Amino acid sequence: MNGESTSRVTRIIAPLLVGLAFLLLWEGLVHVYDIPSFVLPAPSRIAESFWLNAGSLMGSLWITLKITLSAFLLAVVGGVGLAILFSQSRTVEMALFPYAIILQVTPVVSIAPLILIWVGFERTQLALLILAWIVAFFPILSNTTLGLRSADHNLRDLFRLYGASRWQVLTELQLPGALPYMLAGMKISGGLALIGAVVAEFVAGSGTSSGLAWRIIEAGNRLDIPKMFAALFLLSALGIAIFFILTLIEHLALRRWHESALRQES
Amino acid sequence: MPAPNAGLLLDIDDVAKTYGSGTLALSGVKAHIERGSFVSLLGPSGCGKSTLLRIIAGLITPTHGAINWAGADQRPGDIGFVFQDATLMPWARVLENVYLPLKLKGVSLQEARPLVFDALERVGLADFAQAFPRELSGGMRMRVSIARALVTEPPVLLMDEPFAALDEFTREKLDDDLLALWQDQKWTVIFVTHSVYESVYLSERILVMGARPGRILSEFTIDAPYPRGIAFRQSTDYLVQCAAVTASLRKGPA
Ligand SMILES: Nc1ncnc2c1ncn2[C@@H]1O[C@H](COP(=O)(O)OP(=O)(O)OP(=O)(O)O)[C@@H](O)[C@H]1O
Ligand SMILES: [Mg+2]
Repeated sequence: MNGESTSRVTRIIAPLLVGLAFLLLWEGLVHVYDIPSFVLPAPSRIAESFWLNAGSLMGSLWITLKITLSAFLLAVVGGVGLAILFSQSRTVEMALFPYAIILQVTPVVSIAPLILIWVGFERTQLALLILAWIVAFFPILSNTTLGLRSADHNLRDLFRLYGASRWQVLTELQLPGALPYMLAGMKISGGLALIGAVVAEFVAGSGTSSGLAWRIIEAGNRLDIPKMFAALFLLSALGIAIFFILTLIEHLALRRWHESALRQES
Repeated sequence: MPAPNAGLLLDIDDVAKTYGSGTLALSGVKAHIERGSFVSLLGPSGCGKSTLLRIIAGLITPTHGAINWAGADQRPGDIGFVFQDATLMPWARVLENVYLPLKLKGVSLQEARPLVFDALERVGLADFAQAFPRELSGGMRMRVSIARALVTEPPVLLMDEPFAALDEFTREKLDDDLLALWQDQKWTVIFVTHSVYESVYLSERILVMGARPGRILSEFTIDAPYPRGIAFRQSTDYLVQCAAVTASLRKGPA
């Protein structure tokens, strides 16, 4: 009990201390060597810039968050939906899976211009959404497909013995069994959706959209390096938040039964 | 004297099975099972016991021959099957695991609840209805899987080495529990085991199998009366029968 709570505290405190030490060192070095803020701004300057630009940065954060979350949710719906379709028909799977792979292996940067043109520059946000979705969709598809196929063989036999319908096999056996796989895929996809949204916005450049990536480009053009860092920190914070929320969901969903979530009693 | 085969449940008619990999798992298996009897399939590892049981259950089709059922006993749910390991759904509580066969038949939980608890009662696990499988010991999981097979009150119970992974103490207790249930309910039990002692203790009839290719070598009838208890386990009669069965396993085809 004691050891457990100690380790939990350590897990939170230790990285925080490292981060704090890093920031202090950074602040100190900038002052000691008198580094100009357009090369490397001190953390205090970044905080100040964040405060001054809070309005535009938070607005951009909201836009990026919206695109990321929508892309992620659509990726979950599309990925799980397609995986279910694959599990029902081997033929459909064989026909479609190669195209899913093609979509996955083609770098998003290289198709971004095309999507932007097709969707139209006046609807940049929609283009970003599509691009982020393309990036986020595959891990969920491939993980869920694997999960649906991994159902215990004897349990499958048992379902057959009791005359279970396809639908019953899917909902009572395959989907619950695939949940850990699905959640692992979602954890990867959450991060990828954000990366997709940001990368696509970099390619889009100036447009009607003004997410965090655009703030970074804009600040770079004006050599406003502290603001660039501020936007960057927000982006990392968003990524970390997404990861933690998905980890929490995974823990809550699996803690009662799955090996990955069990803590060995000692 | 009843007419021959009056109580016939099923007839194993010259069954052979070759797996896709080319393994000849069974060849020329002929036997008949009487309704209400307790029959053991006894043989060394790899001789095709599980294969035969799966063929009887209709889970795999034989490459040759057929299983001929005498009645209408093959409807889904009329066969209870207990696998070599517990085979529970790890995400479902004990209650939900035992409820599964009834759920698949469309029985509501409300209607099923008394049956589920009755089945759990029989294996002595009613207090663990809300537990998850991982919170149980191996023997308890096995008992849950037996409760699941019992919940539909199947006239035929197929068991594939259900107690093989358990310690002798638990195993003997479960053997007795099973016999008590069988006497009470008058099901037909086909019981796979590789233990001579277990098969002699439990069965009315033992089909001894041999490997490569899997086939039935000989057959024994154990006519000690039920209930068989510790007295039977310690009797000379028991030991003599065990010795005879063991000898036939050693010797090969009769
Ligand atoms: N799915 C399968 N595919 C190919 N070969 C198989 C398969 N299942 C079993 N076999 C082979 O068939 C033979 C009989 O296997 P089976 O599982 O029926 O034996 P068993 O008597 O139940 O053994 P044990 O006591 O170890 O459970 C073995 O040689 C095995 O290798
Ligand atoms: Mg076996």
